[in-house]
Amino acid sequence: MIAAMPDLESARTVVTAGPQPEPLLSELSHAGAPGYRLPTLDVPEADSLDAVLLREDLPLPEIGELDVVRHYTHLAQRNVCIDSVFYPLGSCTMKYNPRVNEDVARLPGIAHVHPLQPDETVQGALELLYRLQQALTEITGFESATLQPAAGAQGELAGMLMIRAYHVDRGDARRKKVLVPDSAHGTNPATAAMCGYYTVAIPTDAHGEVDLDRLRAECDDTVAGMMLTNPNTLGLFERHLQEVTSIVHAAGGLVYGDGANLNAILGVVKPAEMGFDCLHINVHKTFSTPHGAGGPGAGPVVVSELLEPYLPTPLVVQGDDGSFALVHHRPKSIGRLKGFQGHFGILARAYTYIRMHGEDGLRQVSQTAVLNANYLRACLADLYDLAYDRTCMHELVISGRRLREQHGVRTLDVAKRLIDYGIHPPTIYFPLNVEEALMIEPTETESKATLDRFVRVMRRIAEEAADDPELLRAAPHLQPVGRLDEVTAARKPILRWGAAGSEE
Amino acid sequence: MDQDAHTTPTDRRYTAEHEWIKQEDADDTFLVGITSFAQEQLGDIVYVELPKVGDRIEAGQPFGVVESVKTASDLYAPVSGEVLEVNAALVDEPQIVNDDPYQGGWMIRVKAEGTPSEGLLSAEQYADQIGE
Repeated sequence: MIAAMPDLESARTVVTAGPQPEPLLSELSHAGAPGYRLPTLDVPEADSLDAVLLREDLPLPEIGELDVVRHYTHLAQRNVCIDSVFYPLGSCTMKYNPRVNEDVARLPGIAHVHPLQPDETVQGALELLYRLQQALTEITGFESATLQPAAGAQGELAGMLMIRAYHVDRGDARRKKVLVPDSAHGTNPATAAMCGYYTVAIPTDAHGEVDLDRLRAECDDTVAGMMLTNPNTLGLFERHLQEVTSIVHAAGGLVYGDGANLNAILGVVKPAEMGFDCLHINVHKTFSTPHGAGGPGAGPVVVSELLEPYLPTPLVVQGDDGSFALVHHRPKSIGRLKGFQGHFGILARAYTYIRMHGEDGLRQVSQTAVLNANYLRACLADLYDLAYDRTCMHELVISGRRLREQHGVRTLDVAKRLIDYGIHPPTIYFPLNVEEALMIEPTETESKATLDRFVRVMRRIAEEAADDPELLRAAPHLQPVGRLDEVTAARKPILRWGAAGSEE
Repeated sequence: MDQDAHTTPTDRRYTAEHEWIKQEDADDTFLVGITSFAQEQLGDIVYVELPKVGDRIEAGQPFGVVESVKTASDLYAPVSGEVLEVNAALVDEPQIVNDDPYQGGWMIRVKAEGTPSEGLLSAEQYADQIGE
């Protein structure tokens, strides 16, 4: 179980009788043990359904309520999450989500407002949204913000739709091309394609930055814009960013900023001053709202004056009398992206986090995130190859090339072995332009003791690779299931449960 | 692993993006696939997305996608032309690309317009590029 984090020594021993996999509800089923009984019929019985709509062969599990509760409790106890383990998943900023965010989100005035209430009855909620718009524009240096997008990916779409609207509005229909660095998040080219553009990848130079010569060669009058992350996905600050944005602007294109790595630069440098025209913000990364898992998210977008007319609606504005209102009618807007006012509960958490830290606190967040990543970089540099040997920002990319060449152990094996030591693996095989990549983002919320333990584990795993490579290739050993057959799962996926002995 | 199936053949040419192109008996038809180096970098291939017969492909532009457990990667056309045939065996058995990248793992047969672009590499140049 995750709760009992094995120490370094005990994890060396391969346990043969580890925890068992939790059975499925269907496997726990006993005929005649339902967990629910329909109440006595107290209305006239309707005519029965048409026989073709009925079936006898639907194998729903029959199981008592207590056993259902235990089933889900067991699954929850096995959940590997930031509240249970170190989670250095690069590019995802798995920082601690302070509990005060949850306190605020549960205040009745925040949790129980209805999105269709008249503006005058929800002035406090609108003020919170207005102040969050202001805080995000202040942090990033832009003019205006939308809180509408429901996730970072939708924020990207909003940003690129605004860039497209800007070109269309000027009557410039030639622009069909969007430039994206080869280290970019896969969502960037996907977003450009959704907006009707084709993408051209710009290679990374020897220093891990955008290749300026290749960029210049691609910048002509068909460029709609460029999508760029800074710090980039190699965890490096693009030192020539102003030159990059100038080159794109000179060609008539706009520069979209992917705010995925905003956690590295809060209070230190403002993206608008680097030359970006807009930026989306992943509040679940930088501002400690819960990470996805299918729940609500938010991806606010901040824009320069140039793009302000195209912001999605509604926006929250403050009138001359100090009251707050939602503005729905803006002639050049790209329109509505999300029902109501976005995910208000998530936005309330982000606002809480920003206000709890204040300007100095947010700066310290980024400085500590960068310090922690560089501490790991210095501690691991002799055993794992650095993709680029420079000071990194909030995350570092190392290569497991040497372990593969010397011991036939791959980065995937290292990642699986980390699970045995009670650590969530870092991002692996990303960015795509680094061989056997491990992308490690410790975040600012981890103690030095946790970072030191991670370093000891990574060193131990490198020793194991030399002494007993098979131990790594078969890892994990201490989990309910061992190495999963990902290849067969991808080639021949089984998408429906079938009872033992059935066809599927 | 059968080493012969993974040696860079000299009877065809290569792109910097790790595709190969092989001229067939008819002067203007070519087979296209990916190199052994490419399949090794990708790891176990789980899906190959190919164009339809009759589609036009454009030299230097993506014509399909190869997906492995690690990543998905575009396939770049080494020549412009019309797709005459796609390797239907890869639908059910994408691992052929891993096992036999230069023969059974071919991806498309193309009727080329003009000659393949001048930037193509010989087997020797390609081997140099990948550091063999």
